[in-house]
Amino acid sequence: MKKMTILSGKGGTGKTTVTASLATLSSNAVFADCDVDASNLHLLLKPEVKETIEFKGLNLAVIDPERCIQCGLCEERCRFNAIHDFKVDPIHCEGCKVCVEICPVQAIDFVERICGYAYISETEYGPMSHADLIPGMENSGKLVTLVRQNGKKLADDGGHGLVLVDGPPGIGCPVIASLADIDYGLVVVEPTLSGIHDLERALQLLDHFKVEALVCVNKHDLNDENTAAIEEFCHEENIEVVGLIPFDPEVTKAMVAGRPVVEYAPDSPASGAIRSMWERLASILS
Amino acid sequence: MKIAVASGKGGTGKTSVAVNLALSLGRVQVLDCDVEEPNVHILLKPDLDETLPVELQVPRILEERCDYCGDCARFCQFNALFVAGETAMVFPELCHSCGGCSIVCPRDAIVEEPRRIGRIVKGTAGEIDLVYGEINVGEALAVPIIAAVKEQIDESAMVIIDSAPGSACPLVETVHGVDFCLLVTEPTPFGLHDLKVAVDVVKILGVPMGVVVNFAGIGDRGVYDFCEEKGIPIMMEIPFDRRIAELYSMGVPFVEEMHEWKQRFRDLVEMIEEMAP
Repeated sequence: MKKMTILSGKGGTGKTTVTASLATLSSNAVFADCDVDASNLHLLLKPEVKETIEFKGLNLAVIDPERCIQCGLCEERCRFNAIHDFKVDPIHCEGCKVCVEICPVQAIDFVERICGYAYISETEYGPMSHADLIPGMENSGKLVTLVRQNGKKLADDGGHGLVLVDGPPGIGCPVIASLADIDYGLVVVEPTLSGIHDLERALQLLDHFKVEALVCVNKHDLNDENTAAIEEFCHEENIEVVGLIPFDPEVTKAMVAGRPVVEYAPDSPASGAIRSMWERLASILS
Repeated sequence: MKIAVASGKGGTGKTSVAVNLALSLGRVQVLDCDVEEPNVHILLKPDLDETLPVELQVPRILEERCDYCGDCARFCQFNALFVAGETAMVFPELCHSCGGCSIVCPRDAIVEEPRRIGRIVKGTAGEIDLVYGEINVGEALAVPIIAAVKEQIDESAMVIIDSAPGSACPLVETVHGVDFCLLVTEPTPFGLHDLKVAVDVVKILGVPMGVVVNFAGIGDRGVYDFCEEKGIPIMMEIPFDRRIAELYSMGVPFVEEMHEWKQRFRDLVEMIEEMAP
């Protein structure tokens, strides 16, 4: 089984558009949407949820006013600035348990909190693992890990040869969680100066975690000079540019229609470019 | 006055809005809190004045005192410590620096030491003071770096804060305590879906908000219908314009070439000042 995460560093470069189209072109794949705090893949793949799993994050400290003697020690020792006026602010509580430990009168309870829901679903194109994070909740790294592991399990159980992971933007906790135990990282970049800057950091991250990097330039004709610079940079770094997707208004139209672009407008320039990219990817992944 | 520029979905134009807003106002402080992928400096091209390390206190186990009782590992909620047999290990990249392990250790065998996880950079671009944070590649925790950037807030200035995308911890840390939050979105189903989540978070934080629709003209009416239904004002529309996109690709803020936008951004701030408490 091969596992590939589609990531980008910079947000909004077309990760989900690419992932959804690759999903329709693949056969025998499983899909995992690891962008749990801004998930969009379900809007195109229209999963039917088969199983919902409550996701518990780290516990929450709760001060019982009946038992509290208002000594203020917890506020003093909380390093997350989460305690004020003998109350815990759930938004800032990281669930470290220090206050529970040091309270001299055991007035602080440590309660479970549901941070989100993970789903096992079926789509027209294959099984899908995805999730929702409850707004304002932490722990998206752990929820990402759960979604990625559920994807792998679906592939194991169903004998699927490929897991396609739609990754979150950035290079921090959720991205790192989406790259664990992954063979390839396909970085989708736009030819802007910001995009190039973020591509370099995303590639450093892949290198750091020993995940093989592939690159796809989206809207490559927006700035030919920058696209050439990306290709040259990748060539020097020995990273393959597997696809060049042109700017194409059909991509947005497909999104509005709620369908992967290669299905919605198979003859459009972007769809042609994604199909060529898939041919190359299929041979790399096989 | 502190204005955060945020969004659920990435790539909707937060940084572009923050930078063009700053350039239209002149004397402001800009904080780039998208510490995983900071981009403001690419558009503002500041002269850099100072770089400061961002450090977290992480445990070190004094082997000569440790008797491998395992209390620290059992206590740690982040799985950053491991004790088995005659081995005690720290996984510093998992440590949230709560200090719990050194509190529970019965033999005072844990000391805390600073570990560098990123940096903040300060600079100036014309009248604009810029502070941006940058997480080291391979580090997971963005929040302490965002907090370090926000420590640099000039309370006497107009402050514009660029946020990371998403709706999780980085957004919460960035928007917490600001006077107003501008949510930048695109009028598409993806933009709408992620806007809804971001609106929920900003509401929980109790910060007044308004929406900027970027790439107006593409997509559908979903974002407009949602904002109307929820009573969230659409404070500006920036049309989808290939020229704006091309300028951005070259790292040029569009107000520098399309001067009429400066007044529109100044009007936007006037509207914000009327709405913020």
